[in-house]
Amino acid sequence: MSRQMTGAEMVVAALEDQGVDTIFGYPGGAVLPIYDALFQHPNVKHVLVRHEQGAGHAAEGYARSSGKVGVLLVTSGPGATNAVTALTDALLDSIPLVCITGQVPTHLIGSDAFQECDTTGITRHCTKHNYLVRRIEDLPRILHEAFWVASHGRPGPVVIDIPKDVQFASGTYVGPQNIVHRTYQPVVKGEMDRIRQAVAMMAAAKRPVFYTGGGVINAGPEASKLLRELVALTGFPVTSTLMGLGAYPASGPNWLGMLGMHGTYEANHVMHDCDLMIAVGARFDDRITGRLDAFSPGSQKIHIDIDPSSINKVVKVDLGIVGDCGFVLDDMVRLWRSEGHGADRAALADWWERIEGWRRRNSLGFTNSRTTIKPQHAIRRLYELTKDRDTYITTEVGQHQMWAAQHYGFDKPNRWMTSGGLGTMGYGLPAAIGVQMAHPGALVIDVAGEASILMNMQEMSTALQYRLPVKVFILNNSYMGMVRQWQELLHGSRYSESYSEALPDFVKLAEAYGGVGIRCDDPGELDAAILRMIDTPRPVIFDCVVEREENCFPMIPSGKAHNEMLLPTGIDDWGAPDLGAVIDEKGKMLV
Amino acid sequence: MNALTPPPASPPSPYSSALATSNTEPHTLSVLVDNEPGVLARVVGLFAGRGYNIESLTVAEVAHAEHQSRITIVTSGTPEAVEQIRHQLERLVPVHRVTDLTIKGHFVERELAMVKVRGKGENRMEALRLSEAFRGRVVDATTESFTFELTGSPSKIDQFVELMRPVGLVEVSRTGVAAISRGPDGM
Repeated sequence: MSRQMTGAEMVVAALEDQGVDTIFGYPGGAVLPIYDALFQHPNVKHVLVRHEQGAGHAAEGYARSSGKVGVLLVTSGPGATNAVTALTDALLDSIPLVCITGQVPTHLIGSDAFQECDTTGITRHCTKHNYLVRRIEDLPRILHEAFWVASHGRPGPVVIDIPKDVQFASGTYVGPQNIVHRTYQPVVKGEMDRIRQAVAMMAAAKRPVFYTGGGVINAGPEASKLLRELVALTGFPVTSTLMGLGAYPASGPNWLGMLGMHGTYEANHVMHDCDLMIAVGARFDDRITGRLDAFSPGSQKIHIDIDPSSINKVVKVDLGIVGDCGFVLDDMVRLWRSEGHGADRAALADWWERIEGWRRRNSLGFTNSRTTIKPQHAIRRLYELTKDRDTYITTEVGQHQMWAAQHYGFDKPNRWMTSGGLGTMGYGLPAAIGVQMAHPGALVIDVAGEASILMNMQEMSTALQYRLPVKVFILNNSYMGMVRQWQELLHGSRYSESYSEALPDFVKLAEAYGGVGIRCDDPGELDAAILRMIDTPRPVIFDCVVEREENCFPMIPSGKAHNEMLLPTGIDDWGAPDLGAVIDEKGKMLV
Repeated sequence: MNALTPPPASPPSPYSSALATSNTEPHTLSVLVDNEPGVLARVVGLFAGRGYNIESLTVAEVAHAEHQSRITIVTSGTPEAVEQIRHQLERLVPVHRVTDLTIKGHFVERELAMVKVRGKGENRMEALRLSEAFRGRVVDATTESFTFELTGSPSKIDQFVELMRPVGLVEVSRTGVAAISRGPDGM
């Protein structure tokens, strides 16, 4: 089907043909023709954010919670540069985005025109791919190709930079049916021989572990089901990265909790002592491995990943399988059954006994208080009071993020939106807006810190404008808590610039935006206050005043191995900890 | 100070030592790409952004109708690092194919250089004699200078340039390495 139309109309037609119902953006001179084509559009809903970074994170939240491609539309120059943080965030966390940027007319490109920047140059390093469309003839193909590239293989952000004269030009629009990408054809089916070998290794394992990541979530809900099936069939323990939470349920019997820098004692010790590691859609990030030369020294490693460059990138593995987690897990489940494999039950029983020993250390334990709200307690109460609802959690970045990952139990995929790879403060509120747009009836909560939330606070206006009842649950300890914790550990408790001075009154701030503010500093009133938040059908800022100098434990200090963890004071691996002395000079160089 | 007992000694990882002792070696990569704006910037940016070396780089369109260019890159690194470079290149959307010629087997490597030498009398004649020994060609001459064109392996050109230094080397322009595998098969 081909039709004559302008470039701007092609953009909107392509969005419709790609099944896009919601986009996030901010108008400006170089995208006015596209905004004109969108004016009162019946099928494509535009959400006006208050800053382009917010548009990017909202699109990420939308994408991660719905499995669809997130779309943002911004103008040239500052519009594009403001989106760069969100694009980088999506690149590191493999979130499919299409970002349409306006550009000055082609005859002005390179002349330092008003609101001109080299968008494709700037975004080349923070996108999976990008395009500058110089000719109207190329526009329809590029629009559809961008969606293909963003959502196939390892997902990621794609930028389409469209000069204003191309938006005004007329041309022939073609639909997505005939678009086949010439070069980009990622492998999704894993090699059968390798999968067979993997299954045989699993059957022979004595101390196995599944180490799963965001790739399982990206592979769709079916992949999570298959993972659960494979775990149930084999009886192996399973741990997950921050990005993979929810693929295997936190309430499941084989769940070890999250692994890595703030992972559980049992998960990290299992990783260290296992004899077979099955990495599924995880990329051996430095938050996961800790000290590389002491990472799981005695194990054979199987790595399943859709991105061939992830395999053997930081950790050398014994068996790499390139493919989509969903397809590979499906083959594994089938082979395990059809070839009549069984796990080594006796060895597994011993393994689980050791795991129970590690579990008894209760690494997520904390000393509760009757006078001040402990942040861990606040998350646990939030979990208990929301777990039976249709709940989605987003976060900002810092201690609150780790406490949410540790103490909120995720039983389903796509329910947990957080900035893992880039660690972007200011992610949570716009992401919550994106989630709420995709799931209008759901309860969407941004677990925040008082410092992070101020980075994209302006998006409260967006929430109000579109009547999105998102809840911002601030664990307010008056510090950039993770920075303070590191300063305590590494810099002699000199809290340089990490105190949240001159904080706003969050209750009044919520009211100023037209939302509802709730403040709570009494553990005895916490439940009632949380319930009031849940029952308020409008945007809420919940200022939860918590213990100020609580540290986030357990922790693998920088430069240490999985079996060298810090536990809550008094029960760590060393006896009595002097935190400052635990990390050596080399460790201090790391982040 | 606190009584920090070191954790029990664990056996060294089989990989850490392997990574540390592996030798850096040169590899020649052929990369077939769509000849579109920015493709060279993508490839070069990847090397810069991930801290890989480029020792030589050449690029030209090789299939006009298909808009395809061939980039030849000489890089160096451990075998693991070079494998990673290959995968990272393959990940770029406009890249069709990447071949590590060094791993694939025998290949021919050639570079073209133009070398300008200034001098009179015996130096001038010595420069000419040496260029003949290297099968160079004179592409420009004045009464006090020669410009030689020389084709060969990079080491041959290095050697020639060194010989020209005492007889009046002015400047050198080199194309970088073009390479192709031996035998009947394409990349």
